[in-house]
Amino acid sequence: MSKPLLHVNELGKVFGSRSMFRKNEFRAVHDVSFRLEQGEVLAIVGESGSGKSTIARMLTNLIPATSGDIMYGGQSLRRDKRLGRKLPTFVQMIFQDPFAALNPHHTIGYIVGRPLLVQRQWKGDTRPKVLELLQKVGLTPAEDFIDKYPYQLSGGQKQRVMIAKVLGLAPKVIVADEPTSMLDVSIGVDIMNLLLDLKSQEQLALILITHNLGSAKYMADRIMVMYAGQMVEYGPAEQVIGEPLHPYTKLLIYSSPDPWRDASLTMEIIDPQGMEIPKTGCAFHHRCPHAGDACRTKSVAVTKLGGERQVRCHLYT
Amino acid sequence: MSKLLQVQNLSIEYASPRGVVKAVDNVSFSIGKGEIFGLAGESGCGKSTTAFGICRLLRPPARLAGGSVVLDGIELTELPDEQFDKLRWSKMSIVLQSAMNNLNPVLKIRSQLMDAIVAHEPDAGKEAAKRAEQLMRLVDLPADRLDSYPHELSGGMRQRVVIAMAMAMKPSLVIMDEPTTALDVVVQNGIIRKILELQEQFGFSILFITHDLPLMLEMCDRIGIMYAGRLVEIASRQEMKSGPRHPYTQGLLHSFPPLYGPKRRLEGIPGHPPDLIRPPGGCRFHPRCARAMTQCSSREPAVLADERGQVACHLYNEEGLSVEQASAARE
Repeated sequence: MSKPLLHVNELGKVFGSRSMFRKNEFRAVHDVSFRLEQGEVLAIVGESGSGKSTIARMLTNLIPATSGDIMYGGQSLRRDKRLGRKLPTFVQMIFQDPFAALNPHHTIGYIVGRPLLVQRQWKGDTRPKVLELLQKVGLTPAEDFIDKYPYQLSGGQKQRVMIAKVLGLAPKVIVADEPTSMLDVSIGVDIMNLLLDLKSQEQLALILITHNLGSAKYMADRIMVMYAGQMVEYGPAEQVIGEPLHPYTKLLIYSSPDPWRDASLTMEIIDPQGMEIPKTGCAFHHRCPHAGDACRTKSVAVTKLGGERQVRCHLYT
Repeated sequence: MSKLLQVQNLSIEYASPRGVVKAVDNVSFSIGKGEIFGLAGESGCGKSTTAFGICRLLRPPARLAGGSVVLDGIELTELPDEQFDKLRWSKMSIVLQSAMNNLNPVLKIRSQLMDAIVAHEPDAGKEAAKRAEQLMRLVDLPADRLDSYPHELSGGMRQRVVIAMAMAMKPSLVIMDEPTTALDVVVQNGIIRKILELQEQFGFSILFITHDLPLMLEMCDRIGIMYAGRLVEIASRQEMKSGPRHPYTQGLLHSFPPLYGPKRRLEGIPGHPPDLIRPPGGCRFHPRCARAMTQCSSREPAVLADERGQVACHLYNEEGLSVEQASAARE
């Protein structure tokens, strides 16, 4: 079998400080594994604090992993020190807040052209390349935009500048962390469509971090559901939304507003009332209507089911 | 249904160095007793400004430029301040977007809840303490949380406290400005169900403001859509679901990726909202409208009111038919 574009193996991240007297640790991500192929879109969904942005930051090497490994085209990010330096040409990230991600002191031309020079992908004047990139993300006529400053652009246009900047290095993987959540919905759709078009044109793989199941289904081929730092469900997008397996996925879908759903559908919901995530057993058992004794005491491993589906739940072991 | 709130030709302006921003322009709507009315639109469309105008929370440079707001027979815009203060909390209350910024970080929940009660009933005394406990139970929070500080509660719990506070004086109108926007969907769902439960129990009216149209379609009786300071359409939930009439509403509704059904490409709305200092002439949506006609850029569309609601668009003539339908009917 050929090497996948991206292979994440038992990835983990523990934040914390250790001193002589105290150990203060928070397990943000635990035992996350997945693969990503060229041209594939993977959506990572979950609520705030589920670890989805931490995964994004580890994938782009903004923070180091504390366990497990990330492999790009078979090269390990942990072991292969040379990969770290050229990683920006392999994976790029689009941030949530385009208002904060662009340096207000520089022109669009400088912002988009800079990575090309830093990564030595271009020699001399970057202007023609920047114009081409701006054109590609729909900022036309590009001549009108290249000398502007970020404050002169709307939120949607700023996000397009971010995408142009990211495309400059021709990465194979783009990680987009909530790319539309700061934008108005009608503008957000344009950005999602642009990313989908670019994915097909440039043969990119895309990892979309989102809390919105609707956009996950719209964009993604596969969906990974995160809860309390763990992957609880993984599978083809249609199936995860249409026939969810894990009780948490079911709860997420049930909670997402959708006026066209069957109104007779009800669900037993257990309000955690500010209870902390349990330390033993399944992390979801205090909120799960199906929880049994095993769920309270035994930790759960991922079960692989047919048709690429995976679930971390005692109901399926 | 008898009317509780009537907003007539409300106009609100902001003074800015570049000129006057007409944030809310001639907006009229009414809310019945016990009705949940939603106001939706994108950022900058004037939905929050409208809410602030109704409860007189506008601060300079914003200013009420005209119109009237009648709550239960009382004209609010001309009421002296001290009389209006008596209506706050008791007749109407407001729940704002981020509960973290609405609660005082250095006071316990107990004193913040009691504050509202004691302000209106100075003699409440011990009874106020009991009422605070009842209010906590009302929103499913344990009473011992009264002695917590806001930072000790989660975002969802804080939003519940703010909702409890809004219920304190049993108002007849509760204005909710994006009450769940900053929260996770599961928490949001819990709070929305709680709001609906309380509404059923006490029968107050709600003015619910959000940009989340699918959420609105799940919970509101009637929905108004704002664009660039104007109210472009009002329709019942059923009408909105089966097919809104204004091209902007149609575009907005098709901007939300659905959870179910086959995957199809969403188109969104091309362009971006106008500059409200120099809004486009005629219909303000015409530069982005796929169905714009010649009169759209020159004449402001009249509001057509019929049994399906109301819509301000040149596509619909007086009989509420589309132009194609009208010409077919004439032949």
